[in-house]
Amino acid sequence: MSIDTETARRVAKLARIKVEDDALPALATEFSAILGFIEQLNEVDVEGVEPMTSVTPQRLKRREDVVTDGNQQEAVLKNAPDAREGFFAVPKVVE
Amino acid sequence: MSDLTKLTIAGARDAMRKGETSSAEITSACLTAIEGAEALGAFVHHTPEIAQDQAAAADVRIKAGEAPDMCGIPLGIKDLFCTKGVPSQAASRILEGFRPAYESTITSQLFDAGSVMLGKLNMDEFAMGSSNETSVYGNAVNPWRRGNDDAALTPGGSSGGSASAVAADLCLAATGTDTGGSIRQPAAFVGITGLKPTYGRVSRWGIVAFASSLDQAGPMTKDVRDAAIMLGAMSGHDPLDSTSADIPVPDFEAALTGDIRGKTIGIPKEYRMDGMPAEIEQLWADGTAMLKDAGARIVDISLPHTKYALPAYYVIAPAEASSNLARYDGVRFGHRARLAQGDGITEMYEKTRAEGFGPEVQRRVMVGTYVLSAGFYDAYYNRARRVRALIKQDFDTVFADGIDAILTPATPSAAFGLGEMTDADPIQMYLNDVFTVTVNLAGLPGIAVPTGQDKQGLPLGLQLIGRPWEEGELLNVAYSLEQSAGFVAKPAKWW
Repeated sequence: MSIDTETARRVAKLARIKVEDDALPALATEFSAILGFIEQLNEVDVEGVEPMTSVTPQRLKRREDVVTDGNQQEAVLKNAPDAREGFFAVPKVVE
Repeated sequence: MSDLTKLTIAGARDAMRKGETSSAEITSACLTAIEGAEALGAFVHHTPEIAQDQAAAADVRIKAGEAPDMCGIPLGIKDLFCTKGVPSQAASRILEGFRPAYESTITSQLFDAGSVMLGKLNMDEFAMGSSNETSVYGNAVNPWRRGNDDAALTPGGSSGGSASAVAADLCLAATGTDTGGSIRQPAAFVGITGLKPTYGRVSRWGIVAFASSLDQAGPMTKDVRDAAIMLGAMSGHDPLDSTSADIPVPDFEAALTGDIRGKTIGIPKEYRMDGMPAEIEQLWADGTAMLKDAGARIVDISLPHTKYALPAYYVIAPAEASSNLARYDGVRFGHRARLAQGDGITEMYEKTRAEGFGPEVQRRVMVGTYVLSAGFYDAYYNRARRVRALIKQDFDTVFADGIDAILTPATPSAAFGLGEMTDADPIQMYLNDVFTVTVNLAGLPGIAVPTGQDKQGLPLGLQLIGRPWEEGELLNVAYSLEQSAGFVAKPAKWW
């Protein structure tokens, strides 16, 4: 499958990675090569095979539905590029 | 004692107990070796004060008696592990300045056992790579060279710093992580032992996530015995990782009898690739003969879906990565791009991720985004998960037929030169994982053991694959192979 520059632009947008216009053709070529490689999977007969959800057959453990952690506002905000008054700060979202 | 940095974990443990040396002495020798090895690019964050404090505490415990095996052992920690208060940035620009407020479960367990942290080790960015060339810190370098040629070689990846540091005797052992071969391939490239445990044997909590259904940490050590000792200290159930298995951890070192008489070793015909170098063929044949001479029964087996492991991996791993790496948004930790007047939150995300992620990480995040996008989810992601089920079934079948372990090459070649693959397309680099990636897809334990050298003197390794949860038995077969191969070569010091 060949990926065109418009598809590459759309994927970059979905992934929230800024890609300059002049870099899109090369990116599209790379995607095409990787997807071409992946397309070998179409040779495999997967009729009736369930997609794997867990590699080890195990039931996830359950635990009591109780609060086990918290009250760590300072630690949570410590690594933020911009934290103010106990909150993460971001550019204005609402117009 | 001389050459303290060359000690194995077992050797150091025994010598410290006899009072022949101390953790403080070994740690100080390692710190000196690290200072003189900047050219290897292995250690990227140095923690000498932490190391000296931990060593002093370990010496008190050892003197008091009843210290655990790992007590006082100086280790290097892959940068993928979150270590409290110490930079932990997965070799990425996007985590610049991040100092975790918490400690990963595995490093907690190792430090509780008395181990010493010398510093953080170089790696491929977010563990995505096979040559350690995608790191924000620059390349890690293999201590081995081709004969008298001084061209710099890759230590492999993604745990390239771990491999280089252990091979060059900068530390006694190191932690690594393995999503598609990132412990075993670098171990093979530098002539050390690298073990990826069964999925769920060790906790993933506090390790920066790449592909959660494949990621597993493990020991990178100077020999098989050390791998057994260190795996014991890293293993165990962790309520903070829902996929960690609540099963007992056996004494792996006690499993090392070296007796493999009556064991059945499978040789999978699909691993005989077109264009495989004659030296790798020979190495594999030699290893097979060694196990046979040790009393194992050798059986030809078939794992028919092997060919599809790499393409399945390059759907599943990027898909999980695109989801895991969505958290790097410039809001909660790490790098945030400088914004232009009028930029909103979307521009902040897009610029931050473009600046913070290197090209290989961007490529995989976008491939993952594509295969998970509406209209392609079934065709790519679900199909890959179906093929993954078939790959696991291949292994289930041979194990049910009585195979105890499987012997394969660890890598398709010896270490290649740094920069040699720069112009190759990404898939050429991905082929490095051709022998290792099946093991991650099937959740099995696998170990790389150094067994020979190529004609230029570079180390070569073989891989053994075991039954799920049977790391003890796997280590014992590896121990037998190690004894037969008698690999003792060391790189000549040039750094």
